[in-house]
Amino acid sequence: MPEPILQLLLIPLIKIVVLLVVVLLIVAYLTYAERKILAYMQVRLGPNRVGPKGWLQPVADGLKLFVKEDLVPGGAEKLVFMIAPAIVMVPALVMFAVIPFGEPFQIAGMTVTPYLADINIALLFILGVSSLGVFGIILGGWSSNNKFSLMGGLRSAAQMVSYEIPMGFAVASAVLMAGTLSMVGIVEAQRAAHIWFFLPGILGFGIYWVCGVAETNRNPFDLPEAEAELVAGFHTEYSGMKFALFYLAEYANMMIVSAMAVVLFCGGWLPPFPNLLAGLWALPVLAWIPGAFWFLAKMSFFLFCYIWFRGTFPRYRFDQLMNVGWKWLFPLSLANVMLVALGVLLLKG
Amino acid sequence: MDFLVSHFAEILFYILAALAVLGSIGVITLKNPVHAALSLLGTFFIVAVLFVLQHAEFLAAVQVMVYAGGIMVLFLFVIMLVSVKGLKTQAAFLSPLIPVAVIGAILVGALIASAVLLGVFATGNAGPEALQMVDGEILGNTEAVGMVLYTKYLVPFEVVSVVLLVAMIGAIVFGRKDRFIGEHEGEVGS
Repeated sequence: MPEPILQLLLIPLIKIVVLLVVVLLIVAYLTYAERKILAYMQVRLGPNRVGPKGWLQPVADGLKLFVKEDLVPGGAEKLVFMIAPAIVMVPALVMFAVIPFGEPFQIAGMTVTPYLADINIALLFILGVSSLGVFGIILGGWSSNNKFSLMGGLRSAAQMVSYEIPMGFAVASAVLMAGTLSMVGIVEAQRAAHIWFFLPGILGFGIYWVCGVAETNRNPFDLPEAEAELVAGFHTEYSGMKFALFYLAEYANMMIVSAMAVVLFCGGWLPPFPNLLAGLWALPVLAWIPGAFWFLAKMSFFLFCYIWFRGTFPRYRFDQLMNVGWKWLFPLSLANVMLVALGVLLLKG
Repeated sequence: MDFLVSHFAEILFYILAALAVLGSIGVITLKNPVHAALSLLGTFFIVAVLFVLQHAEFLAAVQVMVYAGGIMVLFLFVIMLVSVKGLKTQAAFLSPLIPVAVIGAILVGALIASAVLLGVFATGNAGPEALQMVDGEILGNTEAVGMVLYTKYLVPFEVVSVVLLVAMIGAIVFGRKDRFIGEHEGEVGS
């Protein structure tokens, strides 16, 4: 095979396959982790029948969802009903293309980058693609021809459109500190600055994380699927594999929000405490640990926080949700961007 | 095969351009307003890909972000105002629009003709880096757009933002019927 085709097609193709398999595996076991952690928080055992300690539970769940009957409600708008889960799932997976899991390394004389693409607008790409996901939710809710679904979809649209704005400003504060929109560039800027951005940008980091939880429709912001009021919200009428796509997309989006928090504010693949332990990280044993390990460790922490919140906080009321978003987070994030811009101007000249 | 490889960008451009045209035809011909709005979303998405082909990544991302939000609001209006059951019987609203379409075609034709005559398209061969240059240096599309927007076109940019602000305040004023219409016409039922 000629060299350029190998470089252009084969290597990205292998990377895409590896990335998809790894992401979907993590997503599958995230559902297991959630059930297990929630169980321990509520002094239960959680899934423990399929395989040792319930390890095969996600596989069993997947099989069950595959073979379940795929119902389409009578009055549903068929075409839209069919493509809505895909509109949710595709953006959730596409965003992983620009997440840098580690730094480039050498193997068999070739430089391998543990990310698909380092594009100079990676952050805008993520924000843009993530804004497409909400279409699937509202279309799924609308096409189901069900009041509860429609209400869930509308709530979700209002919530995601509202919280996108403070989230954008919080992300902008990290961009101001880094001076680039490239994900790899942002991590490199934190290496060069010898400080992770969550320390100077603690306010932006907090706003980002709250908005991130709200964007993924998770507790305490899970009003679109508030079971006490809306049955199951926008996916009430979905069953089988279509429901599974909504479900998986939610977990994939959680991973994206966590990965973004790691890249923007917590130093990406850099080892922890770059200042305090600089001498320690120079030790050959610790330097050997790949960056991807630190990245996944930090991402796991944020994913744990998601589950922790679910086990801890009660759900917001809808007017409280809108108040927090528009009257608190939005002005705060705006002030934060101005403060950070001033700080960057004073420090860098 | 060689032709395919060497003209890959052009072939891609024509395929995408055809899809964009198809999508925009779908916007005005599809009877179901939700399908039409979806078609509009697809068209904007393809236009964003066309921007990427021209090495204008920033414009592509902004295109998706801005229009995705805009169409979201359009969806909400459709869902609020149109019921699913009434859609099937609705007649195509294309035929009364034919005279309008003819006039529109003539105007667009005149616009393109004048653009060709004035040589607007003559700078088309500026190379792939034309949209990424800042002071003769290739920095990237984001930097190039920012530099042009905040130096050369600063005044028009600020004027446009004031116009948008006025439109926004106007929408809020019209939306508050309790204060401005209600005084004269009594309670407006909702």
